[in-house]
Order: sequence, then structure tokens, then C-alpha cells
Amino acid sequence: MPNSTYIVEIDGLHKTYFRTRALNGVDLKLERGLIFGLLGPNGSGKSTLLKTIAGLVRPTSGRVLVNGQTPSVATRAMVAYLPETDHLYSWMTVREMLEFVSAFYADWDAQRAAALPAFMELDAGQRVGDLSKGQRARLKLVLALSRSAPLVLLDEPLSGIDPPSRARIIRSVVGEYRLGEQTIVFSTHQVKEAEGVFDRVVFLREGRVALCETAEKLRADHRCSVQDLWERVYA
Amino acid sequence: MRLDFDPARPIYLQIVDEIRRAVARGELAPGDRIPSLRELAQHAGVNPNTVQRAFQEMERMRLTETLRGQGTFICGDPDLVARLRAEMARDALGAFLREMFSLGYTADDIRRLLDAALNEQTKRGDAGAE
Repeated sequence: MPNSTYIVEIDGLHKTYFRTRALNGVDLKLERGLIFGLLGPNGSGKSTLLKTIAGLVRPTSGRVLVNGQTPSVATRAMVAYLPETDHLYSWMTVREMLEFVSAFYADWDAQRAAALPAFMELDAGQRVGDLSKGQRARLKLVLALSRSAPLVLLDEPLSGIDPPSRARIIRSVVGEYRLGEQTIVFSTHQVKEAEGVFDRVVFLREGRVALCETAEKLRADHRCSVQDLWERVYA
Repeated sequence: MRLDFDPARPIYLQIVDEIRRAVARGELAPGDRIPSLRELAQHAGVNPNTVQRAFQEMERMRLTETLRGQGTFICGDPDLVARLRAEMARDALGAFLREMFSLGYTADDIRRLLDAALNEQTKRGDAGAE
């Protein structure tokens, strides 16, 4: 049964790779219709958590529900996932890449997919192999945002990207966000730039949720930005 | 709209204040259309939920009104500008007085210091200038 309040429900989630503990008892519920910032140092389990929600990684133990269901092929249709690593084919043009990916998803929004590259200053006729790092990152985001999935998982969409591209990416995430319908989980180290985008902030530490609170409440309680708080907690 | 937010205050209130200030200064007039929720969110790089909350607050304050299918406008109320200026002056005075009292000044001290500061301003000929 889909839970009407939460799109994601996680209880006691553990994930162990061989002998490495990536997730060490995550309890987390994500409300529908909000944008979450997933913050934490390298190795804190952000990517593993996102992959588990996306249904790409099986939990070692614990329970994950996406829209009330265990992650599977059926839930993958509801989740748009932007991986940290690159999954683009360099011989295709930007346009061909979009057409290729569109075939996989019933919720592909052709109108958006046609409009987004221009906003992201991508030339649809350019070869993917000739794109700069920032352009590739923007193309990945176009692919994730061209779907109207109720749950969007963005794993480090800002990492290794120049500041103008970062600003553009943030503006497009905000601009394409379907108010009240979509839930976005956005993992990043660039807390300062993404700060204003988050409804709620989840701090991960050593494979556990150290803190989950609304960004406005954190700012009000600590009289500082989420960025400052993050530095205080992790520096 | 400014893009740099004060980290210690709720962002939605800062958006409301930005619009109030623009009306009080005459940069926005009653009846002017303000940017849509999406435009504002995109321009400021801010969560649309936050902007929506700011819009609700502005409506509650009767600062704006939304006309279905046409957009959000600064209220046509002719007293709006006077009311906003009075409200903002009261807020600024309140903040000033709280700060002075917290520093240990009495009401008489504050009157004296304020008079002196105003006289100084007049002498320099820049009273009222920013």
C-alpha cells in the first residue's frame, strides 16, 4: 500500500560490501513533495543510500519501501536516478542520446527534453564525446529531469563542475521541479550553493542518519547557514 | 531580487521583505505584476516550496493578490505604500530600540544620542540620503 505521506520509508538499513560497512542502520522517511539535501563526508554512505532507493543495490538487512513497495523493476519506473558516474555514449550526439534514453521510460516528457538542452546551453547536434566535463554533467541532468518521475535522485550533480554550470544546474532543478508532486533527493558537497534549494537536510555520518531537519529550522535554531552547520559538524 | 540571503533568517520571510521593501521604495507600484512563483524560484535559486510559502504570507498580509490565470499582483490598495512604510519604520525602530536597550542605554540616553546623531547628519547635509 503506498503511504500517502512518505514516498520513501527506510528502517534499519544495513549494507555491507565484503567487509566494508557502507550503511550501518539507516532509519529515514522522506515526505512527498519536498526537496531533500543529502549531506555527508566522503564514505558516509550517500551514494549507497541513493542506489538502494533506486533499486540498484540490495540491502544486506533492513527494509526499504519506495511508494510502499520493495525496490524492483516496478519502482524503478517511478524513480529518476542521476548516477555519480558517467553512463553516456560518446559516439552519439546530444539529441541521439536523448532519443535513446527516452525509449526506456514511459514517463519521458518529450517537450521538456526538447527545451532543456537549450536552457542548459547544450548544442543538440554536438557529439557527446566532445562535451566538456561541465557539459556532460548538464546533459546527465537533462536526462534525469526529462522524466516526470515522482521521485528524483541526484547523486552529486554539482561535483567537479565550474561555478556557472553549478548555478545553471541549480536553476534548472528548481525550474523543472513539479511543485507538490515531486520529491527530489540531492546529494552534494556544494552546500553553500544548493542551500536555498533544500526543504529538509539529511546529514549522514558513518553510514547512519546523524540529523534530519528542515533547513529553515536549522538556520533559525543555530543562527547560521546549513553550510556553516555542516562545516561545524564535519570539520 | 537579491540573491544573497541572510543565513540566520527564514528564506521565505526574506523574500517577503524584499517585495515589501521594493513597494515601500516605489520600485514596485500597486497593481504591478510580480514574477511567478517559478520565475522567482528559478531566478533566486530557491526551493519553489519556499517561494510558495512567501506567496501565501504576502497574500495573508494583503501585500499581493493572485488573479486566476493572470498572475500575482501588488495589491491595488491605495493606502498600501503608506501602510508598508509605517510597518517597516516600526520594525526598524523596534530593532534599533531592542539593540540599544540590550546595550544598557536608558530611554533618555537613547533620545539624547538620537538627537545628537540627527544633528550631526543635518550638519553634514546628508539627512535622508542613503
